[in-house]
Amino acid sequence: MLGRLGWDAIPLDQPIPLIAGAVVMLILLGIVAWVIARGLAPYFWNEWITSVDHKHIGIMYVLLGLVMLFRGFIDAIMMRSQQALAFHAQGYLPPEHYDQIFSAHGTLMILFGAMPLVIGIMNFVVPLQLGARDVAFPTLNSVSFWLTATGALLVNISLVIGEFSRVGWLPYPPLSELRYSPGVGVDYYLWAVQISGIGTLLTGINFVTTILKIRAPGMTYLRMPMFCWTALASCLLIIAAFPVLTATLAMLTLDRYLGFHFFTNEAGGNAMMFVNLIWAWGHPEVYILVLPAFGVYSEVISTFSGKPLFGYRSMVMATLFICIVSFCVWLHHFFTMGAGGDVNAVFGIASGIIAVGTGVKMYNWLFTMYGGRIRFTTPMLWSLGFMTTFITGGLTGVLLAVPPVDFMVHNSLFLVAHFHHVIVGGVVFAVMAAMAYWWPKAFGFRLHEGWGRAAFWFALAGFYVTFVPMYVLGILGMTRRLQQYDVADWHPWVLVSGVGIVILIGGVICQVAQLAVSIAHRNELRDLTGDPWDGRTLEWATSSPPPVFNFAVLPQVKDAEYYWEVKRHAREAARLGREPDYEAIEMPRNSPTGFVCAFFATFVGFALIWHIWWLMILGLIGAYATFVVFAWRDVPEYIIPADEVAPIDRANREARQEALAGAATT
Amino acid sequence: MKSSISRSARVSPAVLLWALSISFAPDFAQADSILAPAGPIAAGNRIILLDALVIMLAIVVPTMIATLAFAWWYRDSNTRAVYRPGFTYSGKLELLVWSIPTLVIFFLGGVIWIGSHKLDPFLPLPSKMKPLEIDVISFDWKWLFIYPDQRIASVNRLVIPVGRPLHFRITSASVFNAFFVPRLGSMIYAMNGMVTQLNLQADRPGTYLGLSTMFSGDGFPDMKFDSVAVSATQFARWTAGVKGAPLDLGAVSRLLRQSRGVVPYTYRGVDTALFDAIAARKLPPGEGPATGRSRPGGPNVMPRGGR
Amino acid sequence: MSTADSTLPISDPYRLGYRGPNLARGHGGGGPATKRVIVGYGFWLFLLSDIVVFSCLFAAYAVLADATAGGPRARDIFDLDRVAIETACLLASSFFCGLATIAVAQRNQILTQAALAITGLLGLAFLLLEASEFANLYAHGDGPTRSAFLSGFFTLVGCHGLHVTVGLLWLGTMMAQFLAKGFRPDIGRRFLCFSMFWHFLDIIWVAIFSLVYLVGTRL
Repeated sequence: MLGRLGWDAIPLDQPIPLIAGAVVMLILLGIVAWVIARGLAPYFWNEWITSVDHKHIGIMYVLLGLVMLFRGFIDAIMMRSQQALAFHAQGYLPPEHYDQIFSAHGTLMILFGAMPLVIGIMNFVVPLQLGARDVAFPTLNSVSFWLTATGALLVNISLVIGEFSRVGWLPYPPLSELRYSPGVGVDYYLWAVQISGIGTLLTGINFVTTILKIRAPGMTYLRMPMFCWTALASCLLIIAAFPVLTATLAMLTLDRYLGFHFFTNEAGGNAMMFVNLIWAWGHPEVYILVLPAFGVYSEVISTFSGKPLFGYRSMVMATLFICIVSFCVWLHHFFTMGAGGDVNAVFGIASGIIAVGTGVKMYNWLFTMYGGRIRFTTPMLWSLGFMTTFITGGLTGVLLAVPPVDFMVHNSLFLVAHFHHVIVGGVVFAVMAAMAYWWPKAFGFRLHEGWGRAAFWFALAGFYVTFVPMYVLGILGMTRRLQQYDVADWHPWVLVSGVGIVILIGGVICQVAQLAVSIAHRNELRDLTGDPWDGRTLEWATSSPPPVFNFAVLPQVKDAEYYWEVKRHAREAARLGREPDYEAIEMPRNSPTGFVCAFFATFVGFALIWHIWWLMILGLIGAYATFVVFAWRDVPEYIIPADEVAPIDRANREARQEALAGAATT
Repeated sequence: MKSSISRSARVSPAVLLWALSISFAPDFAQADSILAPAGPIAAGNRIILLDALVIMLAIVVPTMIATLAFAWWYRDSNTRAVYRPGFTYSGKLELLVWSIPTLVIFFLGGVIWIGSHKLDPFLPLPSKMKPLEIDVISFDWKWLFIYPDQRIASVNRLVIPVGRPLHFRITSASVFNAFFVPRLGSMIYAMNGMVTQLNLQADRPGTYLGLSTMFSGDGFPDMKFDSVAVSATQFARWTAGVKGAPLDLGAVSRLLRQSRGVVPYTYRGVDTALFDAIAARKLPPGEGPATGRSRPGGPNVMPRGGR
Repeated sequence: MSTADSTLPISDPYRLGYRGPNLARGHGGGGPATKRVIVGYGFWLFLLSDIVVFSCLFAAYAVLADATAGGPRARDIFDLDRVAIETACLLASSFFCGLATIAVAQRNQILTQAALAITGLLGLAFLLLEASEFANLYAHGDGPTRSAFLSGFFTLVGCHGLHVTVGLLWLGTMMAQFLAKGFRPDIGRRFLCFSMFWHFLDIIWVAIFSLVYLVGTRL
């Protein structure tokens, strides 16, 4: 009746997941109770859960990403503390638990932390920067978000019902096959990643269509902001790479569920093929994360240097160059598989070549700062932290691209330090910069600068103290994923790394404090005009937060950095341009399709994990029915009449005119 | 806004690493560090590592200095800095920033091409001596080292003669592992159904750390072994004096069961066809977990790796 | 597909004959495209991603083609006659889908329903033939669990069959929508996507038919 599910699935004998699960459930119940008690349920349903507005979807993505990043960070604390304790000892985490933790850490951080954060930022910013009203397929956007949330939910359910995968963040066979992992863990992983992978693929399609087909009139390709170019490259990579993940995980799923032999140890299965396929996805995946991060830095460095981006065209070329070459380097993840000198050398050289594109970008940011007037706001600090941190991560990356070097440090903590260097230094720092930079646009008030800086310095220091010892450990031969060890030379460095994570905890506390303090003091931190940073791109032309339709009238873009030009003219004339002719605006209707579809997807995923076939069938029928209901609706859009648009826009124009007059008299 | 960057607070981690490694150099000579090679392969890899590091530092250090210098000089409060808002393109600079990394990568590309071929694990070492053949099989969770010419085998302990090239054939009876002795040289995967090869040599006696670098399950921390390099005469004495049960199908089937914390022991009398049989998948693969949390008679939904 | 547009005024700044203020001059400055272009383009990107999925399955099939584990090889199990009939059914169904496209452009309900119905029946015939091939193999003990080669074969061809099944469900929904709501523009755009999907399945089948069945039995 309930497949493999039974009462023994709840870890009654393991205090840590039980307590963690209980705490999380209490918090969730508390939030739900508060929402209902304050009568806010209709508001959340109408404005957020069923919203197809890219701004709200972006904010929800970022919220999901932050929560999962936090959970991944807790896993990291557990890993560091276990390793600090487990020298000639068992530590406090037995192998079956420790193995789940490092697998969850990687999976959550990359697929449910970094991906939603990056996608959320793209969601919020790209249509605004393009002068568009929304993305190409707003309801599909909502579906994408909720499917990603379903995946995250499934991973978290594994904490209290069953267990999570124990084979690492990429489920290499034969270890992940039924013979060596007969439990539910790998199945939780497979369905969570597959379901959220569909969401991500749809996002990729959505944004490529948006960027290529829905730009404001006059915005030619070379007038697009740099962030939109990197978003385009990243989404092209999503479209090309995520199907590989889908197919590969599907093959592993068929092996586990139906006894197929793609990667098994018998009947001709080929585990090496899995490694090739999964990294053919895996390498583009890291560029999917880092390209939008590069875009964020382009925006932030340009704005806070008071200069346009240096070498815009060569940045575009470098971005597309990285996009293409990222498909040609996957073998560098397994030089030690023994492909021979020729193959290893070709992929090593290709991996070095991709560093050229990144190097070009680094120099363009450098020369953007040259001749600028740099303001060291929180986003700029994160960007400078990136420029110094990422480049060393790139250095170690090029070292790893040399096969003889990789033969000595593959899968060691040297490798772990390298990829954290580039992912934390590259992607996480960008997310923090982007949050600080676009927060005023999203919520109408700035974040507290002091706490932001404290968070940055703690994070930077904590990062180095945690990960530099790992380079040393890799040199000393320590491999990754060790639940315990007895090599005395490793112990002191492991302890230093543990101190580092305490410093990072300080950074997290400062970051949370920044959010709390900023929200409490939001009235003093208000952004009245919509342009708190003296920005250069179109999103700063709207109010903070923008109205649902973004722009009352679509801008007729006449050159690159059009908003900066308009501002310059307004400043010279000491008044705004003439008021536009307001017209009625058509906006997409909100829809529960995304939420309902994900609701059924959760049941389908859970049912597949626990082999509850009748529930799976019901869930699939429900999901299909949801789409048919959506397809049957007659009125997909609603009209905002011109006389509703006008006062909203006029209010923003007044605020800007006041600021302009105030600036002219000082 | 006041600048809040202190240049001294930013130390390149690579420089830090270098400083640390120099200050701990004596420790590295005793530690099982890849910077303290005890064989020609490890020595060759080490030279390439250091060369590549120096080449990359030559680019990275000036860039980092320039980053901090530009950020400091062009800060908003510095009235002496010239504001150049129109400086958005320079052909010369473009040429420079594309060509310098490209040239470096060309150079590194040469290092990569030559190094990948010279240090290919499958390449036999140049030597007048006939290499010692060792067949390696990884199990859950122990290593089996078969010496086919001597008809002996050792579990979790590798004894090798100094100064003689070693030719390893490596496979796995169950899941991916990777054979690695950091002080002797390169690692290579151990994969079921495949035979990889590794050519190493120990140039001085000692006991070196050996381990698996590919996660293989709950008993993974146990996949470590001592690699003991002894003189040729001591090695001959050891091979002659090895005692133990014969390594036959029965012994292999016991090895195929998951077990942890296996203390090193030896076999005398080895069926030399066993390695090829396992590699060609003629024998069943290693068993999976036998215990776990499940209802009596129900499926093993939360397995526990062998105790 | 573009014939459906010819009766409407040209509002797409990228098309010849456009007379509006935002004429695109080849650098992408034409402003937002029409809904039909946006929907078609987005769906085309989805089809490209689906091609990548099939590419992976083709690659897996190629790698595993010799891993027969003592079981049957390609030439032992493929029946080219049945495959020829399957191909004819699928290609013919695409032809009738094309006829349906013309019927939709002419807003002819009866012809639309008829053409779509024949499309569906031919697709169903294809599926039944394929299912019988699978059932036969399974009955002989040559199911997908027999060897890696068979796993690869069943997955590749089965994935295509799964797509055809989903396509038939979609087809039924489209027929119902045309009946219930007539020839509204949004349903027309949806049908554009469906017909692209159906023709795409044809292309994949041609690749399967050539690379799996023909190459498998001839070499």
